[in-house]
Amino acid sequence: MCLAIPMKVKRIRDGSGIVEYRGVEREVSLLLLEDVREGDYILVHAGFAIGKIDEEAARETLDLIEDLFQEQSPYGTSGRRIGSGFDD
Amino acid sequence: MGVVEPFRDSALVERVVEALRSLSMPRSIRIMHVCGTHENSIARFGLRELLPSTIRVIAGPGCPVCVCPVEDIEMAMRLSLEKGVILATFGDMVRIPTPSGSLLDAKARGGDVRIVYSPFDALQLAERNPTEEVVFFSVGFETTACGVAAMILQGVPRNLSFLVSHRLIPPAMEFLLGVGDIRIDGFIIPGHVTTVMGLEEYRIFPEAYGMPVVSAGFEPVDVLTAILMIGRQIKDGKALCENAYRRAVKEAGNRKAKEAMAEVFTVSDAYWRGIGRLPRSGLILKGEYDRIDARKRFSIDLREPSLDLNPGCSCHLIMIGKIDPPSCPLFGRRCTPQTPYGPCMVSFDGTCNVWYRHRQG
Repeated sequence: MCLAIPMKVKRIRDGSGIVEYRGVEREVSLLLLEDVREGDYILVHAGFAIGKIDEEAARETLDLIEDLFQEQSPYGTSGRRIGSGFDD
Repeated sequence: MGVVEPFRDSALVERVVEALRSLSMPRSIRIMHVCGTHENSIARFGLRELLPSTIRVIAGPGCPVCVCPVEDIEMAMRLSLEKGVILATFGDMVRIPTPSGSLLDAKARGGDVRIVYSPFDALQLAERNPTEEVVFFSVGFETTACGVAAMILQGVPRNLSFLVSHRLIPPAMEFLLGVGDIRIDGFIIPGHVTTVMGLEEYRIFPEAYGMPVVSAGFEPVDVLTAILMIGRQIKDGKALCENAYRRAVKEAGNRKAKEAMAEVFTVSDAYWRGIGRLPRSGLILKGEYDRIDARKRFSIDLREPSLDLNPGCSCHLIMIGKIDPPSCPLFGRRCTPQTPYGPCMVSFDGTCNVWYRHRQG
């Protein structure tokens, strides 16, 4: 029921978004979202857009993952885990 | 930058896996997810095989049509057969077996059962058939309930009513923590349910149960990062509610969606197939919507429902993560997606169905 992949809004028509999925255009209700624009990526569930993809936050997440790597490195700045790289 | 590609990048996947392997957990841990879409991602990308032997990921009750009670399915069948309504519901739902058959069997016996992709399709069916009664059998978690609520608030045709069977995720998680013999060390929480509901209602897990929870998306990097974050919390002796799906999940969730749900539905105790009655785990229409509540519009006397599961079915154990599908003697033999014996083999979100489609050999 849930499509994991975000879809790009191609057009907006009468409060609905037109998205393309596997080469077929589909109409998606935008009732649950505010300020959707053409070109936005939306998450679609059972015919409704339930969320919008925040591209800025996507970049933040990638930075956060880099931070996780840094913290975990035995040479990282946190100091908590010095030596953990040698545990096994 | 695309919105999918970076989270599928194989070099980044390798780095997260490397970080997971160098975590060197002091003990084995079991992490549960509660989302059929997560199980699909995990199986499709072979993520379990990438994990160190100390980390296991298990599937919980993340399939809404699997936990839909037999009583509701039988009511839907009887509405189509005895009341002559057009019964509209999602494709997964019509094939779910009960000891008294499925909605497809009701269709074969003359019931008018239609498959729809969206609640709006049911609305259109009602508009196109103004002299018929149309009932939408509304099954799903928070992600489905919010759309149905928004549609109802816009106004629906007089001949459309709703057989509501929505369920909420956090009460099921709380229940699982109380089941003594299932060990859970952390939860991956569903990315789209939290896109709608936000993270607030998940804070109880670290705060009251000391249980790490991390919201995750559905690409390999998303799921593996959530596992890494849970592993890190456990290793550091912490329990936090964290967000590994920031591009979709905001702290407060989707305000419009939550408002629509609160306007139309009220929370009530609800039965989960194979699991039992869980407090405050379901949604029912508020009193002012009695007019469109199929349970009230049509007088169907409640009979004792049939057995929850066919004899020998292990879905009740699989849904709570107690066993994996191959531990069920029927898996892949008596029970396949072509000849499903239990609900978990039918739905795309059902753990048995996912494991069967991605089985090796």
